[in-house]
Parts: sequence; C-alpha cells; structure tokens
Amino acid sequence: MPEKKIRVLIAKPGLDGHDRGAKIIARALRDAGMEVIYTGLRQTPEMIASAAVQEDVDVIGLSILSGAHNTLCPQLMHLLHEKGMDDVTVVLGGIIPEADIPALKKVGIAGIFLPGTSTQDIVEFIHKRIAH
Amino acid sequence: MGDHSKETAQTVTHAEPASPHRKPSAKEKSWEKSTLRPTLDKNPERQAEFTTVSGFPIQRLYTPADLSGWDPDRDLGYPGEPPYTRGIHSTMHRGRLWTMRQFAGFGAAEDTNQRFRYLLSQGQTGLSTAFDLPTLMGYDSDHPLSEGEVGKCGVAISSLADMEVLFDKIPLANVTTSMTINSPAAVIWAMYLAVAEKQGADWKKISGTLQNDILKEYIAQKEYIYPPEPSMRLVIDTFEFGVKNTPKFNTISISGYHIREAGSTAIQELAFTLRDGLEYVEWGMRRGLELDEFVPQLSFFFNAHNDFFEEIAKYRAARRIWHKAMVERYKSQNPRSWALRFHTQTAGCSLTAQQPYNNVVRTAIQALAAVLGGTQSLHTNSLDEAWALPTEFAATIALRTQQIIAHETGVTNTVDPLGGSYFLETLTNEVERGAWDYIEKIDALGGMVAAIERGYPQREISEASYRYQVEVDKKEKIIVGVNDFVTKEKPLDTLQIDETVARRQAERLSKLRAERSSDEVARRLSALRKAAQGSENLMPYIFDAVKSYATLGEICDAMREVFGTYEEIAIT
Repeated sequence: MPEKKIRVLIAKPGLDGHDRGAKIIARALRDAGMEVIYTGLRQTPEMIASAAVQEDVDVIGLSILSGAHNTLCPQLMHLLHEKGMDDVTVVLGGIIPEADIPALKKVGIAGIFLPGTSTQDIVEFIHKRIAH
Repeated sequence: MGDHSKETAQTVTHAEPASPHRKPSAKEKSWEKSTLRPTLDKNPERQAEFTTVSGFPIQRLYTPADLSGWDPDRDLGYPGEPPYTRGIHSTMHRGRLWTMRQFAGFGAAEDTNQRFRYLLSQGQTGLSTAFDLPTLMGYDSDHPLSEGEVGKCGVAISSLADMEVLFDKIPLANVTTSMTINSPAAVIWAMYLAVAEKQGADWKKISGTLQNDILKEYIAQKEYIYPPEPSMRLVIDTFEFGVKNTPKFNTISISGYHIREAGSTAIQELAFTLRDGLEYVEWGMRRGLELDEFVPQLSFFFNAHNDFFEEIAKYRAARRIWHKAMVERYKSQNPRSWALRFHTQTAGCSLTAQQPYNNVVRTAIQALAAVLGGTQSLHTNSLDEAWALPTEFAATIALRTQQIIAHETGVTNTVDPLGGSYFLETLTNEVERGAWDYIEKIDALGGMVAAIERGYPQREISEASYRYQVEVDKKEKIIVGVNDFVTKEKPLDTLQIDETVARRQAERLSKLRAERSSDEVARRLSALRKAAQGSENLMPYIFDAVKSYATLGEICDAMREVFGTYEEIAIT
C-alpha cells in the first residue's frame, strides 16, 4: 500500500508580496513527494488556520520577510490551538533576527529556517518530524 | 509549468565556435592548434561549461571573429549620441558623477527625517524614500491589517501631516527625492507636491522620481491594490499631470530591480522592464498624450547583480533597445525620448545572512558594474540588509563604497572604458538579442497587460528562480559563506524598530481625525469617488483630498469602492 503523502500548506501572512521563497519551497516540497497547497498572498492568521483545518494538513510553512513575525506567529498558534490543531507542525522561513527565535519556538514554531537554508534541509526536517 | 523554460536562460553546452558564422583568423586557428589544444589535453578546464549567474553561456575567449559584421560607428556610436551604447552624455562621469541616492526609511516620519538629514550631511546627493508595507498597500497605520507592519520595512506615512514631518527642514527646491511607491503613488506624490508648495518651492523646478510602476508589481513584487486597467489609468493620470505641472519630475521609474529580485535572469529583467516601458508609452499615446512630451519624463531602474560583465552588457543593451524602439516603433522626433536614463540598486537578493561583512565586497563589485554601465544614480546596499534595515554604521559604509569608486578608482576618468572589448560587445549583442526575443513574444500575446493576465512573465521568472535554487543546492553555483567556505560567526547588531511606532502613529491619526474638518474631507472624497467613476484625470481630486488631510487609507478606499481590488492566480 502506498504511504500517505505528507500534506503541507505554504502560507504567506502579512502585507508583503515577496513570494520568491514561498514559491521555491512549495515546488521543492512537491518535488520531494509532498502534497502542497499554496494559499497565495496576504493571508491573515484566521485565513491560514481555517485553510489548515479544511485541507487537513500535517505541516504549515510560513514565509515572512517583513518583520511582522512576532505579531503574526503567536496569533496563528493561538488560533490553531483553539481549533484543536495542536498536532500540526508549523515551520517558518524568512528574515528572522536570531534574538526573536527563542520566543517563536516557545509559542510552538517547530522549525525556523533562515536565508541560505538549502531546500533539502527543509525536506529532511519535515520528513523527520512527520515520521511516526 | 515545465514547458515554459527558455532557451536564452538555460545552461546550454556550446561546442566552440559559438556561432556557425564565426570565422576565426589564421592566427586564431593556429593558436587553437598549437597553444590551446596541448594545454587542454594536459590540463582540462575546471568546468565543462561556464555560465553567468543567469545561466547564460560564456565562451573561453572572444576575438575579432565574434564581432564580424559589427560596425563600431553604427553599433557602438559615441557617448551622448544614438544608439547610446556608450552612455547618454558625451562626457558621462567626467562631467558629473552619478547621484548617490541611498534608499532609506523606517519607523515614523520623524525617525526617517533624522536619517535623511544625516545622509545629506555625509555627502549623499539625493534622497530616496522607503515606505512601510501598510503605506505601500494603501492602508493607514491603524488599519487592522497593518498590525505588526508599521514602520518595519520603511517609513509609515498615513497623511499629509506625516509627509510634512518627513521633509521637515529639507528644502525640496534643492534636493531631488525618489519615492518608492507604486499602487498609491498618485496619493503620495500629491502629498509631496503639497509639502513642496507649502515650502514655497516652484513645481516647475522641483525634481525627483516617483516609482509608480504598477506593471512590475503584478509581475514580481505583488504590491498592487486595484486591477490592471484602473491602475494603468492612475499611472497615465500622473504622466499627464507631470507634463503640465512638474516638467522636471520623473513621473515613473520603470523597474527591473524587483523582477530580478524575484529570481529572473538578466535578460528577463531587461526584456520585461523595457516591454513594460513600451506598454506605458502605448497607454499614454492612447490617452492622447504627445509622445515626445511625456516620454522624456520616464526613467528606468535596474538591478546590479553579481555577474560583472553580464550586468554591464545589460545596461548598454537597454539603452540601445530603448533608442531603437522609440525611433523605429514610435517615430519619436525628440532625442530626449530616445536616451534611457536609469537608477541602479545593487542586488538585495545577493546579500548573505552568513558572514555579512562579505556583502561589502559584493556590493562594491556590483556598484562598479553599474558605474561602468553608465548609471545616472545609484543605491548601494548595506552589509546587514539580509537581516534587517541598515544601521547608521552599515549605511555609511555603503555610501562610502560609492565615494571610493567615484574618487579613488579612476574608473570615472574616461567614458565607457570597456567599450570595444570583444567579450563585452559580443555579450551586449547577445543580451540585446535575447531581450528582443522576449519583447516580440509579449507583443504576440497582445502586450504586457495581456501577458500578465496570462501569467507569462510570472511563470518565466518562477522557472528561472527555481532553476537557480537547484543549482545552488547542488553547489553548481557557489555562494561564499552559504554553500561553501562556511564558518561559524557571531550575530550582528541590527537595527530594531521601536515597537512604539505603531502606537505613536495611531495616536497621531486619531488627533488628525479629530482636528481636521470632517465635512471638507467627506466632500473631497466624494468628489474623488465621482471622478473615479468617469474618465477625468484624478490627480487634481487626489491633491484636493490630500490637502484636506484625508488619509492615505481613506483616499485609497474611495478608489477601492469604484475600482475594486485585484487578486492574482498564484503560480507555484
């Protein structure tokens, strides 16, 4: 029986439109055999949480380059918790100052990927995390 | 998606000679046989093929055989004369150095005003304003969607009151200002003109640049509000207003920068940008504007990426293509319409978060390419910009980099010092040819707006961007400090944006709303709404609304009600 594909929601919260990274990750994860849904631009945490429930995803990948991560990530994590989605793995990529990382991990962001991360590293991280 | 890959951008293995028409001299043939061949037999080259950062194939050696049929008088010409390959001024940087224009903006208006005055005191010669994301998207700082974004990526400007603070004690009669604003460009420009008026500066004399390039937003940067049709109307409204009122102001900066940052190749950057330019020209003519009146106010903006010669070839080809298009396609009679003027910014996407001091070196080399390519103005990135907006320390080094190129290297002593290089001239020809191929393809799709609606340029860029990432992941392209020569280092001190900015802005906005005449604001917004439903030029209505201290969000909302908003079909 074929193994169930890992389902990933790639989301771009906030007002920023720079989607080069989000699109590369979406494609790299798809090439690695995952089922990828890309939300498109300017999604609020509410829209992302609803999409995650609706699509029943295993992973949410956020791309934030604008500096709004400290506002948007805790909001999303709170909404996911309210919706009973505590088991979903949330990862974040973008421009994230190192000083902000501990607080983001504390609210439940499982992995934070900074500029220069190879797509293989992200694929491996997700595989390891989702492996039962 | 896979069927859209481009021959020009792919890594092609070329068996030499490059062109079947290439006829090497007897001397070259004998060199190949007696000197080159034995070397290759003994010591093969490091790679089977050599390509630019864009994946464009580069030959081992360029000789006169690569330039057969190339006529220096026709194809190179002389500086300040068609086809402008060597630059648009006869003396270029001997006569006047480029404008050193560092992009700056963060926090609230008073924070950026302070940085502006610092940069001017350090010898910077022009201003360039970065706005925050809420401003770029036409939202006030206190809009719910602005939460977390106020003052982060640029300065927060919600009304004329903020603009007055931004340019406080900066004489707009003497300083040229560039403003990186697109969808709400008409509104921000109206605010700027209102400040200039208050300062007593003559509109006919003030100069600066409005980015105002909505097409590249749909293609690459994605900061759009309205659908293409009304957005283009607003752009043409500013052209028309500019011709009449501000003849020295560049009403648009047609930008390849963001296209390149989104992952395009150099040829795609060049082609899409120039095709955008032609689209604006055509929409302007359709409005009934006189070609040779409005085209001289159009300016361009290119990226300076790592591949030194490819970038220089790109700038030279850009001037040649624009001249040809103006003269042959549109029968322009005014030399001021023919000469492509451009600003350059070094490539933000080339900066590495790892070993950030290496970015000073990258930026210096990129800036050198821009100068050798004949740029009119230049922004050099700061070493810490892969992490945050620059600190004052980092921004100063970036400015000093330009000053060193200008005053110490000697590259400004002669015009187009690389002109006549077999390699550069061949590459200029090839880059030009590649760009024309794209331009013709977009013509065939019905123009740029039609091509955007079909996702054509977006898809081409996605393909190129992914291809590059794969090359980096496989280490076929080396990025020092990222996928090779890696070391551990301690984090930089970066600029922190004061979290009180949003609160300060919200307080200022509620005070503004309480103090202004709300009847007057409502009346002027309603006049704007009504005009938007018709076909009049909206600039006078926007200017009236701005002067009543209607906010950016209110003005953009009035137009949202009439024009609707745009959602793209996401391509991955």
